[in-house]
Amino acid sequence: MTALLETRGLTAFYGDFQALFGVDITLARGETVAIIGANGAGKTTLMRAITGVLRSARDQILHAGTGIGHLPADTIMKRGIAMVPEGRRLFPSLTVEENLLIGAQHKGGRDLGDRIDSLFARLTGGPDPAAMAGDHDGSGHWSLETVYDLFPILRERRRSPGTALSGGQQQMVAIGRALMSNPDILLCDEISLGLAPVVIRDIYAALPRIRETGASVIIVEQDIGQALAVADRVYCMMEGRVTLEGRPDTISRDDIHAAYFGAAA
Amino acid sequence: MIGLDTLVQGVLLGGLYALFAAGLSLVFGIMRLVNLAHGDLIVFGAYLILVVVSVLGVNPFLAALVAAPVMFALGWLLQKVVLNRTLGDDILPPLLVTFGLSVVIQNALLESFSADSQRISMGALETASVDLGPVTVGVLPLITFASAVLVIVGLNQLFYRTAIGRAFRATSDDQVTASLMGIRPDRVFATATAVAMLVVTIAALYLGTRANFDPSAGPARLIYAFEAVIIGGLGSLWGTLAGGIIIGVAQTVGAAINPEWQILAGHIAFLLVLLVKPRGLFPQGGGR
Amino acid sequence: MSVYTVTTRTRASRTAFWGALILVAGLALAPLFVGRGTIQDLFFILTMLTLAQFWNLLAGYGGLVSVGQQAFVGLGAYALYGAVILYGVDPVVSILIAGLVAVVLAVPISVFAFRLQGAYFAIGTWVIAEVCRLSVAQWRAVGGGTGTSLPREAVAEMMLVPTIETALDVRASEARDILAYWLALILVVATIAGIYWLLRTRRGLALAAVRDNEEAARSVGVDAGRMKWVVFLTSAFGTGLAGGLIYLQKGRISPDAAFSVTDWTAYVIFIVVIGGLGTIEGPIIGVLVFFLLQSLFADYGAWYLMLLGLIGIGVMLFAPRGLWGLLSERTGIQLFPVRRRLAGGALKGREG
Ligand SMILES: Nc1ncnc2c1ncn2[C@@H]1O[C@H](COP(=O)(O)OP(=O)(O)OP(=O)(O)O)[C@@H](O)[C@H]1O
Ligand SMILES: [Mg+2]
Repeated sequence: MTALLETRGLTAFYGDFQALFGVDITLARGETVAIIGANGAGKTTLMRAITGVLRSARDQILHAGTGIGHLPADTIMKRGIAMVPEGRRLFPSLTVEENLLIGAQHKGGRDLGDRIDSLFARLTGGPDPAAMAGDHDGSGHWSLETVYDLFPILRERRRSPGTALSGGQQQMVAIGRALMSNPDILLCDEISLGLAPVVIRDIYAALPRIRETGASVIIVEQDIGQALAVADRVYCMMEGRVTLEGRPDTISRDDIHAAYFGAAA
Repeated sequence: MIGLDTLVQGVLLGGLYALFAAGLSLVFGIMRLVNLAHGDLIVFGAYLILVVVSVLGVNPFLAALVAAPVMFALGWLLQKVVLNRTLGDDILPPLLVTFGLSVVIQNALLESFSADSQRISMGALETASVDLGPVTVGVLPLITFASAVLVIVGLNQLFYRTAIGRAFRATSDDQVTASLMGIRPDRVFATATAVAMLVVTIAALYLGTRANFDPSAGPARLIYAFEAVIIGGLGSLWGTLAGGIIIGVAQTVGAAINPEWQILAGHIAFLLVLLVKPRGLFPQGGGR
Repeated sequence: MSVYTVTTRTRASRTAFWGALILVAGLALAPLFVGRGTIQDLFFILTMLTLAQFWNLLAGYGGLVSVGQQAFVGLGAYALYGAVILYGVDPVVSILIAGLVAVVLAVPISVFAFRLQGAYFAIGTWVIAEVCRLSVAQWRAVGGGTGTSLPREAVAEMMLVPTIETALDVRASEARDILAYWLALILVVATIAGIYWLLRTRRGLALAAVRDNEEAARSVGVDAGRMKWVVFLTSAFGTGLAGGLIYLQKGRISPDAAFSVTDWTAYVIFIVVIGGLGTIEGPIIGVLVFFLLQSLFADYGAWYLMLLGLIGIGVMLFAPRGLWGLLSERTGIQLFPVRRRLAGGALKGREG
């Protein structure tokens, strides 16, 4: 059976600097996978590559068996892969509600802009990413109302500028924004970073309800305990490579230690 | 004598300058691109309307309606094919490319229409006037001013009330994150320039009907537009209207003192504002 | 172990130095061999090259894209006419006055222009140039809006002209052109040497740092604002000198011509962009290409200008480093090396 998402020998570069050296991970439908690793291990880079912010070769990333590594970020999002980016990255000129709405801006199907782009691509012989957007239609459980039910505080603050909120509330907006497109795959990059433990607990409390709606999840987490608690499987990365893969109940602290800091440590 | 009449004329002239400026401001606000060919595009629009008027024999307002979709498409293509390639951290490429474009448009117009000055005829409307209490004002300047206000209201609605406007603001904040939301920045930019060209068409209509124009009229319009934007403060469309009014009033007052001082007075007003309030009168959306 | 030396010199640069010396000597002797028309063409090339070098210093090295350099051409030219007509100063001496007036006026101009950043700076300088044009047009003593000519007597008695007349056995008008040409040659050599020197001083390196990354440069103590100011004033001075010289040779001036954005900025931008922004070699190549195009197509008027605009756009889009950039990328040649390189140490230098 093909995995929902798979990377095969994924490489990534920032200019001349190579940040990923052949990363292989898989995500099955309905699964939650955690990616851990020290600062600079390449976790965010992996997320950027999957979401198309960094382009890679077509068949280094497979979505339900289709090569998507060459596609731009917006097309990948339209295929049902949404991201909660590191550092939350809310839009400062948008209110909380607008930040959420913009996550649902794309409602499936080909709009006029897509048609013009396709025509233009045909005329100029360029690539036509719109044709690769797949048939994910963006409908499902999540809407403004259900996101507000998930994080009630956001309903009260709906008219505030997104960046006028506390760190935890901003994180909720960022998660809600990604959910608004009803993704099949949700990528969360360090959603607990810089937050107080109670706030982290609140945010992680939302995870089971997200999974109930059928989304598969990849979380990037520095907090190993948290990662092991929520994930079905864990990958550990170091210096741009996967150094460990396993189930939380089968891997030992020593394994993790070695995978995290290198065998010599 | 600087009477009330002069002031009112100046305010109304400011409406025209705000129309020149609105498109420039829109494009800068979304993609930080300053289009040095903006004035030439306005002049190009005026010629387009002129051609439609003489070929179809219709009234200029109708002709502008015909020209608008053409201008919209041109703006979209210009951004998609040329200007998107110049965007980035370096400010030189967009400046130099649009400067080159300005030279090209001016000379293409010169070659097609000669250097003779032209005017789009409005018939009786050109001389019509109404009494507003103590002053008598031309109907055409009044319509121009009203159009400027409508354009600004419309652009604000577009910006703050529609999904496209949301995408404009989000892309202007953070292109990468916007693309994670399914927004394609180059398409947003193309749309923004296309919309700006609609505003340019409206500006062109009044440029062409209120006074003579010729192929070299563009740079001066760019400069007035720019002055209005800076005086108003970046990112504030109402501020831009205020900026246009200040330039307009300064020009009519200058002209009332000595006809040769009209243009100079506008520039000096701009420099004074720049000296006293370098960030403009309503910086950072303060007048929204 | 110290087999490395820090050097900015390259073999090509040494060859270039001797080549340049011969070229300059040849150019200096040109009036002995060629006719007046050629001298006028060479004068045009040399003065455009001077303007291009100063614009390149501003935009290519200082990151200050100005669309208002015509302000300094016009101010310099009018300063010269003012000095000659109103105060009877010798025209040759007045060229210096042209430069000085330009740099003095550049101080208040910079106060306004530097309040605007990036693209806004560009249009801001244009506004200021317009203000200068409109103000000068109000100056009746030098002809107001219609302009004026240099008085016949002042030109006839101009220093050095009688000497050239007798030495080369030419008529006065031709002697004037030859003098202007020699002055232009001195100006362009001084300009290139001066800019080259400036870029190799600590200050010049700081400038490169500012251009590459203003934040980072500031964090290591480079005062970006001050550097830009120095560059702006230097360019104003050089552009003013060139403006004075150009209009000394023309003998007639009007505000629209002296403050023309096409003649003194659009052409200059074209020269620098097509040759290669941010290099000393670029404008030299650019001015030759420009002159070639001008002599081939200038008769086509508007078509010619359209062609220039399109070439400029094309180069900016597809070869942003210009012709010289393409050439030096392929061959690695640098005639005016500014960057410091590690020399010696053979291959191991890489790991060192
Ligand atoms: N924009 C960039 N340009 C150049 N190098 C980068 C860039 N972003 C990251 N890197 C480098 O790529 C490597 C991997 O970085 P990445 O951000 O993926 O690490 P990470 O595992 O997410 O770390 P953290 O836990 O600190 O978020 C690091 O060596 C980093 O310095
Ligand atoms: Mg990270």
